[in-house]
Amino acid sequence: MFSGFMVNAWEVGTMVAVVGGVVGFFVVLRGSAFPAHAIPNGAFAGAAGANLLAINPLIGLGVFSFGAALGIGALSRRGRSDAVTALALVMMLALGAAFLSLSTQYEPQIFSLLFGEILGVSSSEILPVVALGAVCIVAVAVLYRPLMLTSIAPDIAAARGLRPQRFEIAFLIVIACATTMTVPVVGALLIFTLMLGPSAAAQCFTNRAGRAMAGSVAIALVTIWLALACAYESNWPVGFYVSVLSAASYGIGRGYAAWHTRRQVRATRESLRRVALTN
Amino acid sequence: MHVVFESGFFTSAPVRTALIIGAVTAMVSSVVGVFVVVRSQSFAGHALTDVATTGGSAAFFFGLSPLLGFIGGGVIGAGAMDLIGVERERRRDLATGIVLGTALGLAALFLYLDTTKGATTGATQQLLFGSIFTVDPSTVPLVLGLSALGLAIVVLINRPLLLSSLSAELTRARGINLRGVGVLFMIAMAVSVGLSSIAVGSILSTALLIGPAAASIRLTKSLHASLMVAGVLGVATTWLGILFAYDSFYWVPSSQGLPVSFFIVSLIFIAYLMSGLPFVRRRFDRPPRANSAGASNQASIEALEVGA
Repeated sequence: MFSGFMVNAWEVGTMVAVVGGVVGFFVVLRGSAFPAHAIPNGAFAGAAGANLLAINPLIGLGVFSFGAALGIGALSRRGRSDAVTALALVMMLALGAAFLSLSTQYEPQIFSLLFGEILGVSSSEILPVVALGAVCIVAVAVLYRPLMLTSIAPDIAAARGLRPQRFEIAFLIVIACATTMTVPVVGALLIFTLMLGPSAAAQCFTNRAGRAMAGSVAIALVTIWLALACAYESNWPVGFYVSVLSAASYGIGRGYAAWHTRRQVRATRESLRRVALTN
Repeated sequence: MHVVFESGFFTSAPVRTALIIGAVTAMVSSVVGVFVVVRSQSFAGHALTDVATTGGSAAFFFGLSPLLGFIGGGVIGAGAMDLIGVERERRRDLATGIVLGTALGLAALFLYLDTTKGATTGATQQLLFGSIFTVDPSTVPLVLGLSALGLAIVVLINRPLLLSSLSAELTRARGINLRGVGVLFMIAMAVSVGLSSIAVGSILSTALLIGPAAASIRLTKSLHASLMVAGVLGVATTWLGILFAYDSFYWVPSSQGLPVSFFIVSLIFIAYLMSGLPFVRRRFDRPPRANSAGASNQASIEALEVGA
């Protein structure tokens, strides 16, 4: 389990989880689940197109995911952003379907682009993943304060002269960067679930931004490590385990939040009664 | 004639079936879609298509009819989203995302099992991107029945639906069960998504649901007009897409032609982009009629546009 091709899988998986956790913190905070789903899912068409033209899939993915980010950002100004996101997504998927029907490779290609083929990661794919991942993390670090402000208090941000629309596009580009990095190795599905579930779970446990971000990275790491081990043992697709485990972590988070609230209510009631008795 | 319609277009039985099923499913999707767009539920609508994918791949695995799988998956997914996605807007977004992710994970598993079971090659391609030319003509009555069901639900609850998307408080004050309306609407969405899944494939059925509706809402001012325009747009793009796909057998030398879904989705996308052009909008922008029903609908649509 820890030798040969699996070493690559562990390395890439760890990197993907770190980026997913960091970017995912803002995805959950800003309620951007739909673009975070649409960009990776649509970008798979770019990989299919690159495959058809026999060029590096990273180029195709990059073009499609950045194009999607800019397109969604631009069209959202004049239309409903959720409808625009949906239409951009299906347009890219339809192009992907056309590319795939023109090329000779059929099923395995679609399957691995959509659902991930992390167990087939080659050593030459690791370097671009690490580089793009580093770019994502640096971008989030640079944008941290304005992103926080525009997510939590858009009014104050606007009063300070920050344009929410501009930061929305900047954030979509960060998602596009994370997408380009991850889709060729882990598939469109996996990066989306890694961005959403662990971060949502972490935000159930704490209200502090730093802790929530660290927590979402930690949960994402545990999720992907467990998923890799399970996929190795059972031969089932790794995307299945990642999605089920992220959903489970969110379920646990919600359960904890409910229990915590109930305990606080009980404690408050208890102390009130004590005050009443002593008086 | 043969420049537009390649030989055999009108005599081919699969094409005739495709035209019937395409028209009916496009109609239902576009009509339901108007409410989806007005209620800002595009993400939920799209998520249902992914849940339908899971249902379809499960049906493939167990050897059931894919249509039943699509619809069954959609209804279960709608229930799950309702169960965990209550309260606030942001929570709804998250709940949708979590259900969608889990559904796609399960779809991955079923598709994997389908391929390892052997003998079902093409399952992924067919489920995801559709194959309207291979629809069995015997499913036409079932498709018609389900379409009628989807339309009936929306027609029955159209007033509370519009009202609840304007103001939840107002709806509750009138004694309408908000949650019931929401669940019924989700079922209508699931049915329409399942139907359009057989036309354009499960992950592209979002296009038929959102595209014609979003375009028509930008062009029209009253609910009835947007329903009409959306329906016409949906059917027109679907038929044109089927025609282009049929003709494309003759365009591309080596292969088996381009997928129908590619043409339908591209046409819908172009229609949406065009609906934003000032020149097109002006042509549609006639002064509203003075009758009271039209005026109230118009007011509601305008209020929603401002709110969006």
